[in-house]
Amino acid sequence: MTGTTPDRATSHRATSHHEGPAMPTYVGMPSFPSAARAAVADTRLRGNLAHATSTIRGRRAEAVAELDDWAALRESGKQIKDHVLANLGHYLRMLEERVTAAGGTVHWARDADEANRIVIGLVKATGETEVVKVKSMATQEIGLNEALAEQGVTAYETDLAELIVQLGDDRPSHILVPAIHRNRSDIRDIFLRSMPDAPEGLSDSPAELAEASRRHLRAKFLSAKVAVSGVNFAVADTGTLVVLESEGNGRMCLTLPETLISVMGVEKLVPSWRDLEVFLQSLPRSSTAERMNPYTSAWTGVTPGDGPGEFHLVLLDNGRTATLADEVGRQALRCIRCSACLNVCPVYARAGGHAYGSPYPGPIGAILSPQIRGIGSEVDASLPFASSLCGACYEVCPVAIDIPEVLVHLRARAVESGPRHPLERTAMNAAGWTLRSPTRLALAQRAASASRRLVGRRGRIRRLPGPLKAWTDTRDAPVPPPESFRAWWARTDGGRTEERDK
Amino acid sequence: MKIALFVTCVNDTMYPGTGKAMVRLLRRLGHEVDFPMAQTCCGQMHLNTGYRDQAVPLVKGFAEAFASYEAVVTPSASCAAMVRDSHARLVPEAAETAAKVYELSEFLIDVLGVTDVGAHYPHRVTYHPTCHSLRMLRVGDRPLRLLREVGGIDLVELPEANECCGFGGTFALKNAPVSAAMCADKVANVRSTGASTLCSADNSCLMHIGGALTRAGAGVRTVHLAEILAATEEDPA
Ligand code: SF4
Repeated sequence: MTGTTPDRATSHRATSHHEGPAMPTYVGMPSFPSAARAAVADTRLRGNLAHATSTIRGRRAEAVAELDDWAALRESGKQIKDHVLANLGHYLRMLEERVTAAGGTVHWARDADEANRIVIGLVKATGETEVVKVKSMATQEIGLNEALAEQGVTAYETDLAELIVQLGDDRPSHILVPAIHRNRSDIRDIFLRSMPDAPEGLSDSPAELAEASRRHLRAKFLSAKVAVSGVNFAVADTGTLVVLESEGNGRMCLTLPETLISVMGVEKLVPSWRDLEVFLQSLPRSSTAERMNPYTSAWTGVTPGDGPGEFHLVLLDNGRTATLADEVGRQALRCIRCSACLNVCPVYARAGGHAYGSPYPGPIGAILSPQIRGIGSEVDASLPFASSLCGACYEVCPVAIDIPEVLVHLRARAVESGPRHPLERTAMNAAGWTLRSPTRLALAQRAASASRRLVGRRGRIRRLPGPLKAWTDTRDAPVPPPESFRAWWARTDGGRTEERDK
Repeated sequence: MKIALFVTCVNDTMYPGTGKAMVRLLRRLGHEVDFPMAQTCCGQMHLNTGYRDQAVPLVKGFAEAFASYEAVVTPSASCAAMVRDSHARLVPEAAETAAKVYELSEFLIDVLGVTDVGAHYPHRVTYHPTCHSLRMLRVGDRPLRLLREVGGIDLVELPEANECCGFGGTFALKNAPVSAAMCADKVANVRSTGASTLCSADNSCLMHIGGALTRAGAGVRTVHLAEILAATEEDPA
């Protein structure tokens, strides 16, 4: 899904973490807690994000409540995706065969580098140095725009919010509303600075901003010979590709140029049009709270005299088959990128999208990035912990991804992957040792009770040492009671002697 | 019915008053509860922090300690959810015991069939439904139904009640700034009600919100659901 209007992108920009000019790669991102710290301190960003997400959250809830068969739709979505994932090879071969039969060419890319090489080769073969783009998560994931730029090819984003991000030399911070961290005056400044044909005296009214971008983009649509898109769904049995968007700019890209190159994660398949029907209901309601998606484009290969004469489909693995091998984690591949989980997430609303260090922010990013990239880096190892496990994401997910379950599963993988926190390991082992034995627990409780006069005044502790300081920075801690429950139970025979004494 | 109390390691160590209230309440309703001394912890902290290997022996210990009871009742929605959702996945033999575990409001309403427990609590109270009680255990409005029957109570609605308070176990330490920001919003909502008591079905969330309330000098005390339900005119909490 794509699309936003300037007045919906109502927030302030977050600190950006660019490593270098025009190369917003995600290498060497800081861990989630340290990136989130800066965002939390930015009260204006927090206020804007809270407002934007709670508005869309309420509208989604209304749109979903209209359907009495929502639970069935959610279950169907889950089952269709699970069926595809269990038979992925079969459906991919079917798709390849049907796309080829319809005049398209299918390419297989193991990873980001291979996908970028394929696209670069295809663009170079046309002799063009400019491409127009439909907003696409997959091409952000592989860093296609940057790879093209290195080869002297300029990619123009045509989704309005994506254009704002691109012109601002920035990173997207939301799946559906990539410039959710920008407000209107930010956008005007970006346009005046980086859009060559921006009218002088441009104001920050949504209508003027939309008009400026419309004129800017129209020129690109009319001159571009090559378009690059992502794919929302691929219907295997007809070889049809489907893109959903809200502005119509995607439709221009998909129909006007001579060559169309679509990059698609291998998990985007559905078996047939009947299956697609489920998602055409659940996706719009979950993402934009609309009953029906405004612009749904579907094409099958090439049609002489109608649309691009050349069509290439790049099938991208990039860590997906490795994710598929994990019995618990694989459900993340059901995701249809609706962004409902972001909009209900209390952590996302405070930390913002950039802290997740990938094109996939929020709860889905916290389970997807560490799987497709592996948990080798600081940020990927910290993402499974970027959640209070409140479960709001699972509740709204239209394909029933149990995100908390996957987070807990990935936490174990992160811990098992190596000694990142040796102190924590020691503390957890000690706690485990104590809790494995009621006798040892009772002894520890007695020690805690004995310490109570040392630690706190007036029933609370205002300062704790070491890692526990993070608690008392903002919260008092309770003082241990004079005796534990089990000590009381043993002393009073479960309270019976106390009652007798009354 | 042979009922066991699973008090939880946090209540056992830090909040014995909640365990005592459970005993008092159930006894008043005519049910004796046993406290099997072999119990320790459900393993949630270890599992949710990524230490599955440390959680497994605790799950086994739990299943052994409670195997012989017909029902196990606990004053923690979060631990009840951990037991019912995860124990069997970690240790298949633990399934049978896990299925007999109830959170207090479930036990009172679904098993004992009471909503008016004869309590008296003449204070202005607001109720925070914890995430695990709502979205994992799905206790719905059971705690509120129990609270509405309490004599003398002035129950006021908490704005944005379903929002997470930001505790999340070790999340409160690992992502302290985000956790504190979530807590600050919860505290503001609690204060806006003018309640003198914040009630919940989990002392760990109350420890978190309560710690911020006392730090802010808010003058709101935190009281577990069991303690309000155990309070009577003769024997106030
Ligand atoms: S995980 Fe679910 S809710 Fe989140 S973006 Fe994907 S489909 Fe939507």
